[in-house]
Amino acid sequence: MCLGVPGKVLAIDGLNATVDFFGVKKELRLDVVDEPVSVGDYVLNHVGFAIRRIPAEEVGETLALFDQILKDVAPDDLMAADVIGEMAAGKEQGK
Amino acid sequence: MTSDPLLAQLKFRDPQKARALAAALQREVDAIGRDEITVMHVCGSHEQSIARFGIRALLPRQLSLIMGPGCPVCVTDAPEIDEGVALARQGCRVLTYGDMLKVPGTVQSLGDAQADGGKVDVVYGVEQAVEIAKARPDEEVVFFSSGFETTAVGTAAAILRGLPKNLSVLSAHKYVPPAMEIVAGMPGSKVEAFLAAGHAAIITGCDCFRPMARKYRMPIVVTGFEPLDVLAAVLKTVEMIRRKEHDVANCYPRCVTGPGNLPAQKMLWRVFEPVGGQWRGIAVIPDGNLRLKPEFAAVDARRRFRIDVKGLWDYAPRQLADRCICGEIMAGFKSPKDCPLFGKECLPESPVGACMVSSEGTCKIWHQYGGVPDLKEVG
Amino acid sequence: MAASDRVGLRHGAGGRAMRRLIEEVFLGLGGPVEGGVGLAAMDDGAAIRLGDQWVVMTTDSHVVHPRFFPGGDIGRLSISGCVNDLAMMGATEPLGLTCAVIIEDGFPREELERIRDSMKRACEESGANVVTGDTKVMGKGEVDGIVLNTAGVALTRRVVTDAGLRPGDKLIVTGTVGDHGMAVMTRRHALSIEGDLRSDVAPINRLVRAALDAGGDDVVAMKDPTRGGVASVLHEFAEKGGVGVLVDESSVPVNPEVRAAGEMLGIDPLVVANEGKAVIGVRAGSAEKVLAALRSHPLGRQAAIVGAAIAERPGQVILDTGFGRRLLAEIEGEPLPRIC
Repeated sequence: MCLGVPGKVLAIDGLNATVDFFGVKKELRLDVVDEPVSVGDYVLNHVGFAIRRIPAEEVGETLALFDQILKDVAPDDLMAADVIGEMAAGKEQGK
Repeated sequence: MTSDPLLAQLKFRDPQKARALAAALQREVDAIGRDEITVMHVCGSHEQSIARFGIRALLPRQLSLIMGPGCPVCVTDAPEIDEGVALARQGCRVLTYGDMLKVPGTVQSLGDAQADGGKVDVVYGVEQAVEIAKARPDEEVVFFSSGFETTAVGTAAAILRGLPKNLSVLSAHKYVPPAMEIVAGMPGSKVEAFLAAGHAAIITGCDCFRPMARKYRMPIVVTGFEPLDVLAAVLKTVEMIRRKEHDVANCYPRCVTGPGNLPAQKMLWRVFEPVGGQWRGIAVIPDGNLRLKPEFAAVDARRRFRIDVKGLWDYAPRQLADRCICGEIMAGFKSPKDCPLFGKECLPESPVGACMVSSEGTCKIWHQYGGVPDLKEVG
Repeated sequence: MAASDRVGLRHGAGGRAMRRLIEEVFLGLGGPVEGGVGLAAMDDGAAIRLGDQWVVMTTDSHVVHPRFFPGGDIGRLSISGCVNDLAMMGATEPLGLTCAVIIEDGFPREELERIRDSMKRACEESGANVVTGDTKVMGKGEVDGIVLNTAGVALTRRVVTDAGLRPGDKLIVTGTVGDHGMAVMTRRHALSIEGDLRSDVAPINRLVRAALDAGGDDVVAMKDPTRGGVASVLHEFAEKGGVGVLVDESSVPVNPEVRAAGEMLGIDPLVVANEGKAVIGVRAGSAEKVLAALRSHPLGRQAAIVGAAIAERPGQVILDTGFGRRLLAEIEGEPLPRIC
């Protein structure tokens, strides 16, 4: 329902922030975000408002959660090991 | 152009990992052993993401991932559009989001009103509306605001900060949790679980879905919009269906917390109050519409202007919407071919219900492609 | 009047609605063109047989807001559009162009001269020559600033249509997609997005000549992806050629800024207008040769093979996203920023 795009905060002036979105810049308002935002933080933009500060460590945690979900699935199935192996291989290739 | 590794990682778009999740999903569905499992998402952006990345092609045959009443633009009802059109005809400058322009009113869309010479402009958000109102102090400017709570929070923040004297708000904002309840409670509904919309849940948190999960005995999984977010959440959902876990899971922890964004909720309920109202082609949703509280009458376009909607209806009061079955299509127990309007009165260029308005709505896709195509073996 | 009784903006946006309007209202105007390409083909222009070659003709009207935008202006657009339409038929050396201009009372003369200068530069780049014209001035409010119409004539020994694809043919785009539309859109609406978004508007007849010289008769379909973008062109190719089209999304060149703006606004660069690009269908055996020729030209450095024609699903365009496949829809009306 709500198009949200993550970007990196470049500068802050009061409740206005300049944010880089993978190559284009936009001014965002900081009225709504519920945590203090600093230069270098990642925020999620919706219609010109930062609605969430995305803590860097939680990106890794989300990915770890996905790995966990994969492990939880059909735990007695031998195939699961293969799939987790395949994912690990994918990760290696991505590096 | 930035090459920041974290920004790249934020994208969650690794096709290989997606295939691993899809393979696990197939096995999970096989383990359940039923021919039909129906999961509903309630978010236009989920549908956009599922469609854009071709994610349905990765899903098991037995699993249908259907689109519920999740697009605030598509469910904006004709009389609400009429109010915006009427204000444009009364000489106001009407500013709105791009996707609102094509939504049909009883007689005209805002795009039609613009083509007729009405002052209708597209803005990125309420901040641009404030700038335009400041630059045109002699005009009455109306911000026709739509969207779910995520979007409404921004409108609320701008109102609380104070709007220019010549700017008012015409709220078509919607509140999503009551609509999920209506669908969950529809008799005969095939929906076994919900994917809840991650960006709305940034505001509301995911704890608020727990009573509903227990009451209707179904899993509700909150997630984001990247391909891996969607696939991991679908996998989690099916796993919870197999284990009969009637609870809430958060697959979007990088953005969503249990209680949500409390200061934002405070702003939202300081400015808006929920009222019942018709959602296009679905039902009257109790507490589904967000209206400005009386104390903000000064910036409420409905109170500032006498909006002459009936003047519009004199032209062509065709009430096709009464025969629209979008609600049942969304609930998963009817298909477009059951609808008396489909392909006749209801067409992509003259849509009646929400499913034909949305670019990825069930009816629109059926109309363009004659059903849901299987493209795996082509080429 | 109901909306269906009137012409709407979507009828001008280069998609299905526009084609239907033309079919229903205007096609009856054109009689058959013996052995050539007439109105019924709804191609970029017409081709009329003259001895052992063809006279190619095209006409286009130009309105754009804003009139001056990063990377170009309405003047450059009018010449490029005309030259490119001729080139898409295989006629890359324009004999002469016409220019008709309709101006609103009160239009600044200085702007008019800037537009003329820009037309002149585009003529020099393409080797085109404006040989006749017409000027009208309308009252205030009777026309929105300025409307430019250009028409062009050129000769060619071989006509390339939109209908030439066969299964197995490769599809090439000559560079990054979506640049023009995204540059204009972010300035037309109040979006407050900053970034190096520049229109690609340019005459590409010489680039097309390089492709034709390299591929010869194996270049079988050409069209410039203006309104409606690459998606619209691929649909026309598929419908007119009676083939399916399979596109590999990851191989479509997109500037990072255009991609970023697209993400922010919820707009797919494949449906966004270009003004200095072509989509070219080539027999598989010559695809690499044509690609190399394009890439050695300054305007074609980022050319890429993006897909192929297939026998299945005639008339449809299938996009392989890397995750799965989906049908690529044509856009209805102008692409607009979304919130959901």
